[in-house]
Amino acid sequence: MNSNWQEDVKQMASGIRLRVLKHTIDSNGGYLSQACSSAELFSVLYKRILKLDKLEKPLLPEKFQGVPNSERKAVTGINFNGGGKQENDNFILSPAQYALVLYAALIEAGRMDEKAMEEYNKDGSSVEMIGAEHSPGMEVTTGSLGQGISQAAGIAYARKVRGDSGRVVVFLSDGECQSGEFWEAVQAMSFLKLNNMLMFIDVNGFQCDGETKDVMNIEPFDERIRAFGARVFRINGHDIEKIAELGELPPADVPTFVLCDTNPHKDMEILKERYPKYHYTRFSSDEERERYQEHYDELLEARRG
Amino acid sequence: MEILRNVHAKNLVKWAEDKKDAYLLSADLTSSCEAHLFKEAYPERFLSMGIAEQNMLAFAGGMAREGLVPLIHTFAVFIYRRAYDQIAMSVAYPNLPVKMFGFLPGILTPGGATHQAIEDISVMRSLPNMTIIECGDATDVEASLGYAYSIDGPVYVRVLRGEIPRLFSPDDGVDFSKPRKLREGNDFVLLTSGICTEEGMRAAAALEEQGVSISHYHITTLKPFDHPEIVAEIEKSKYGAITMENHSIIGGLGTIIAEQMAEYGCTKKLHRLGLKDTFVHGASQRYLMRKYGLDAIALIAKIEEITKTRFNILEESLRETYTPSLHSDYKPEAL
Repeated sequence: MNSNWQEDVKQMASGIRLRVLKHTIDSNGGYLSQACSSAELFSVLYKRILKLDKLEKPLLPEKFQGVPNSERKAVTGINFNGGGKQENDNFILSPAQYALVLYAALIEAGRMDEKAMEEYNKDGSSVEMIGAEHSPGMEVTTGSLGQGISQAAGIAYARKVRGDSGRVVVFLSDGECQSGEFWEAVQAMSFLKLNNMLMFIDVNGFQCDGETKDVMNIEPFDERIRAFGARVFRINGHDIEKIAELGELPPADVPTFVLCDTNPHKDMEILKERYPKYHYTRFSSDEERERYQEHYDELLEARRG
Repeated sequence: MEILRNVHAKNLVKWAEDKKDAYLLSADLTSSCEAHLFKEAYPERFLSMGIAEQNMLAFAGGMAREGLVPLIHTFAVFIYRRAYDQIAMSVAYPNLPVKMFGFLPGILTPGGATHQAIEDISVMRSLPNMTIIECGDATDVEASLGYAYSIDGPVYVRVLRGEIPRLFSPDDGVDFSKPRKLREGNDFVLLTSGICTEEGMRAAAALEEQGVSISHYHITTLKPFDHPEIVAEIEKSKYGAITMENHSIIGGLGTIIAEQMAEYGCTKKLHRLGLKDTFVHGASQRYLMRKYGLDAIALIAKIEEITKTRFNILEESLRETYTPSLHSDYKPEAL
């Protein structure tokens, strides 16, 4: 497998897109463009970069057990990842709106039973639409955007103090970096030299209201983060070799950011007609849904080769 | 019952036409907060502030100092939780006319704990100078804009959006300064707000047929709130007061009535229905209303418990209610 990891990763990326597309068609709604922009990123992360627990078999998520309180400890989805072991990496998904993509990735990586998707957004399920810490693969609660990176930094600090060899790997998307908290976090992470942190940002250039440059410009994004004291790379976010290479880079003395420029309709040209509203895909007619179904069939065909 | 769609979106455009000092500030949830038609109609008065609420609220304070009236539009939870200090110091302290429209209050969102504003009234109510309004139907939503604008100071409004019922005729007018009496009775005084009012109406109608007589008030203005006449009515009632709200029982309507009863020396009991000091999780509106006791059935059960009577009221026999589907066509995004 190792000799041809690129093929393996590509298969996983197309699997993620297909799963999210199928879900979107079947339930008339889904975070489809997020799958298109980040499929390679999630695939390289789970196949090549993240140091995680080896699982005997794919896990099936438990039902939602209730919110944390004095009688019920907070439960997280960390058991789908590194399980909190000193040598393993944390994986923090900051935009919890990407949960659907994360779930698809967990299934493709053999870490979650695909039956879990039947529970997606169902009453009483932990497989929530906006993932929370009890959701599969989620390690902290991040749906209030901007808080993921700060929590990750706190975890990284504690792990550094403890001398853990595992890193804290964070997935972010560009829109959330408009928040002041993001910049406060970068400032603190650089100041505290949290070189055990590795951030991948899906710079797809779009958010709920439209193009990021029209909603609230954050460019030149790489230069801004660099000015805050971090090590920054900016790459094509669909280039799996480049993503993998940076994921294995020895740490510097400051945190590392990998800005991944991505295409929000990669391998899903049909999405283009929704420009500039890619945030959530809900069909306006049966005819439209039908066309997505046809596209799904084509993609499936191509995948089978 | 009449169900209306995108009431705020349409009303906002009509209302704002001659309010040249009204500017709308949005935090990347423009369509989700029914501000898209305003943006199209008055692009020069629309400010896209990005996912950056702290700046947005203090920025609004600056605009208001210079005579503009900022209309903040985002999910309720992101207003008070993400920018509380900015609201306190840049808006409330100088008593500036910043109007905050908070969408998807309480359990109305399937977005889970991060998206559910369950203690917003509690938090905002303890801020000096703040006025707080909660809408219970389309008529309230339509009237809330003008009322918020008419107040000389900051206003926080819990708004309803998407597909919403019209419970009250607009012809009767809306007076936010006093509670709206929906039903006369002398066994209980029932006080409800927001989406719980419709539930209260459903339960009270069924209970009346069983001989339970309920005085029912719909509360829109949660602050200021001073109504000795209601406390007097509670005092005269057989069993006391019941509150029901889409919010924590701490700091919201239940607490407001508790304070009033204590201050005016009411000797009757108070029963509070609402979120009982708990966070909530992501699920559908009806599921959460049932699980956390915010619906007509929960109210009936509470009255059965107090009166030690079983009414055997079946859910099917209650007046029908309309709940938009999780994927309603009248909301543009997932939430």
